[in-house]
Amino acid sequence: MLAQLFRFKGGVKPQTNKTISVQEPIAQAPLPARLFVPLHQSIGGAPNPLVQAGDTVRKGQLIGGADAWVSAAVHAPTSGRVLAVEEHVAAHPSGLPTLSVVIEPDGRDEWIERRPVDHQSLPPERVRELLRDAGVVGLGGAAFPSHAKLTPARSVAMEQLVINGAECEPFMTCDDMLMRERADEIVRGIAIFRELLAAREVLIGIEDNKQEAIAAMHEAVLRLAPDYRVVAVPTRYPAGGAKQLIRVLTGKEVPASRRSTELGVQCFNVATVYTAYRALACGEPVLSRIVTLTGNVERPRNWEVSLGTPMREVVALARPRADTGSFLMGGPMMGFEIPDLDAPVVKATNCIIAASPGLFPPPPPEMPCIRCGACAEVCPHELQPFELYWFSRARNFGKTQEYYIFDCIECGCCSYVCPSHIPLVQYFRFAKSEIWAREREKQAADAAKERFELRNARAEREQAEKAERLARAASARTSEKKAPPERTNAVDSPPAAAAGEPAAAAATDADAIRKAAIAAAMARARAQRELAQPKNTDRLSAEQEREIAAVEARRGAQPATPEATAGAAGSGAPAGPQRGE
Amino acid sequence: MITALAIMALGAIVLGAALGYASIRFKVEGDPLVEKIEAILPQTQCGQCGYPGCKPYAAAISAGEADINLCPPGGMDGVRKLADLLGREVKPLEAEEKPKQIAIIDEQTCIGCTLCIQACPVDAILGAAKQMHTIIEPLCTGCELCVKPCPVECISMQPIAENIDNWKWKYPVFEIKRAA
Amino acid sequence: MTHYLFLLVGAVLVNNVVLVKILGLCPFMGVSKKLETAFGMGAATTFVLTVATGASYIIDHYLLLPFGLEYLRTLSFIVTIAAIVQLTEMVIQKTSPLLHQVLGIYLPLITTNCAVLGVPLLNIANRHDFVESLLFGAGSAVGFSFVLVLFAGIRERVEGADVPLHFRGAAIAMVTAGLMSLAFMGFAGLDRYQ
Repeated sequence: MLAQLFRFKGGVKPQTNKTISVQEPIAQAPLPARLFVPLHQSIGGAPNPLVQAGDTVRKGQLIGGADAWVSAAVHAPTSGRVLAVEEHVAAHPSGLPTLSVVIEPDGRDEWIERRPVDHQSLPPERVRELLRDAGVVGLGGAAFPSHAKLTPARSVAMEQLVINGAECEPFMTCDDMLMRERADEIVRGIAIFRELLAAREVLIGIEDNKQEAIAAMHEAVLRLAPDYRVVAVPTRYPAGGAKQLIRVLTGKEVPASRRSTELGVQCFNVATVYTAYRALACGEPVLSRIVTLTGNVERPRNWEVSLGTPMREVVALARPRADTGSFLMGGPMMGFEIPDLDAPVVKATNCIIAASPGLFPPPPPEMPCIRCGACAEVCPHELQPFELYWFSRARNFGKTQEYYIFDCIECGCCSYVCPSHIPLVQYFRFAKSEIWAREREKQAADAAKERFELRNARAEREQAEKAERLARAASARTSEKKAPPERTNAVDSPPAAAAGEPAAAAATDADAIRKAAIAAAMARARAQRELAQPKNTDRLSAEQEREIAAVEARRGAQPATPEATAGAAGSGAPAGPQRGE
Repeated sequence: MITALAIMALGAIVLGAALGYASIRFKVEGDPLVEKIEAILPQTQCGQCGYPGCKPYAAAISAGEADINLCPPGGMDGVRKLADLLGREVKPLEAEEKPKQIAIIDEQTCIGCTLCIQACPVDAILGAAKQMHTIIEPLCTGCELCVKPCPVECISMQPIAENIDNWKWKYPVFEIKRAA
Repeated sequence: MTHYLFLLVGAVLVNNVVLVKILGLCPFMGVSKKLETAFGMGAATTFVLTVATGASYIIDHYLLLPFGLEYLRTLSFIVTIAAIVQLTEMVIQKTSPLLHQVLGIYLPLITTNCAVLGVPLLNIANRHDFVESLLFGAGSAVGFSFVLVLFAGIRERVEGADVPLHFRGAAIAMVTAGLMSLAFMGFAGLDRYQ
């Protein structure tokens, strides 16, 4: 069973502090008074809310549907009533709110109908869909939807499936305890993933400081699937990084900005495998996760916590000591300080550490970089953090990309060893998010430009069409007018009489056409006016008509206004000169 | 004296002829610089620079008619990039720099006159005659061109709020007190 | 043969046109903000300078000297250089718009680059023959490009450094140039090895 192991470059050996939280088995955390389940708990598209305030939900009911391929569903962690779908502070370093479903548990914990399926009888696409709708995401901390990683590459056959039980972060023991207590489920879950990926070989990597977990997994593998290999890997941070573990177990090095699938390797966390098994074999979507509560607390332990439980209530279970200043989510190397304890536990919450000045002394003041290169020696991705730091600090983001800042996994090794105590990772995070923001802006600007150009093209086209239409109408009118001049007779009789003989009327013809055009325009305007007239006079009652008639009669009876007399005189005018002659 | 004049004249004629021939032989159509400049401009098409859109402004900069500090939406950052590209001095922005904004239509007041739709250069307003209009927020560039035409003043500019999707890690800052 | 080699090495390092003779400082300070621009400028100057030394030699020897018109040297050299620069600009614009764009306004500035006028005049002062003139011109140009690229590399780094406020920009660049000049003093005597 001795496998040849490889080494990844760099890495550090911080004090692990793991033993304190493995003294007691995993315990079920009590349900809080209110659950705040954020809809967006994974990388990818934000799920749409499927419930509204006042709805009753049952345990496991879908409350947020995946809206894209890379997205994962969210479910009600218990039965109860939806109080609201509103913005609530997120488990995020920014402390900004995110759309969450607030559920008041009714205490009955009633399940929806659970439908266990046999994954072997279903086509792989269907299994992937089921996993997405069960909300299975990477529980190592990145929360990437797992089904999206379960498609084998078309060009390369999947050789190794790497199961990540390394758990290299100090303090964290949730995967350790899971492997000790639920090894069978994990091994059965691996079978699902292996089939989906058609992987030739399964390698389970566990750091050699977790002997109990290794023994438990060994035992389960021997019983259930003897061809899997449980491999103890040397304890060295960050052995649990996907690319590092792949390197250690298979010797394959994933090149910059490429995926491990292209090399025929895929890597999953043990907790992810466990939830996938529960989702398919028991029909239970991801409703809870195991969270390590440790650090400056009276009772460090692992708890199975319902997703959406406010961290304040979870933390209280461990009884933090009085001098606890803040809490970290995730490990001390990669985690972040929780800005607000009202934030709920989410799928990515693997560990909550109570921090005190004694446990994590405030960092000494930042000193100038002396380019000693200690950071480059420990960088597991073989980057040059001091160069990245130099250019991030100067906000020269183009240069940071030349030095491959996006290959940085923010593992924190460089900050850990820096003799000048420079918080290197903070600079890299800053540079990365600035670059992303610029990219977004650039894309928005390009899209705006495209729309602007389309709009201009449209306006031009419309104008051209209008001009053409007008020209066509004008030419049509002139030809029409030329053909039947008789129609103008009614308007003015003397020229019309001359137009009776077309040959002689050449001089007056143009005149006639113009007059005809004016007459036609007037007729059109009249028609338009009639069309535009208020329609409320269309259907009148008999009484209203009588009233109108009476008003009209009154108006006709008094010809006192000048317009009226002028109108009367005008109408009589043609007769006047005749009489005078 | 005459020789000197003759020789200089000869030189001038020869060189002039060579240059004249070269200017015909190596004539360049178009200006690739305009595209580079336009790529830096924010494409709000707001006309605050005095030109009817980003492309005309880019052309004007390239031709040397316009200064590089006339684009308020681009901000000082844009001025710096333009200065970098063109090798000109960085100048302070002509107008004051504002945070990024988007237009919001008060849907209660909107009478559906479609005037703002005609004003929007990037097709970010949706609506029809006598129907309520609304801004498609992700498409709005914050150019403010729709604010003036509205007869009932129902369009207001609001700064974009920070949310989880556009939140950025901050530049690490340390208290001097602690470092001292 | 060694004579030519020493001439070349001397032009590139020992009597470096920028750092020792302090000629051509305008593009040295102006076009050294970015490495790519420095490369482009160096290439363009190398070409112009080499051609200009050759052309100047021919004009001086076959036009000015036979007619005793040495007093027109500066004038005719400037005219020749200007024409060559214009020609180069047109050719670059046609063949490599990118380089043309990168060089920007600095390309016409080569006309007024004192190194380009200074090197032909030095050629005459040192009584170089045609081959020596070309070598000296090319060597000086290579030296110019060399320090320009070095300086641009340093400046790209300095841009990220904690420079005191009042030293930022041109001031720290001048200090850097001074230090580089001091460093180049170390090459003195390299061309006199026998």
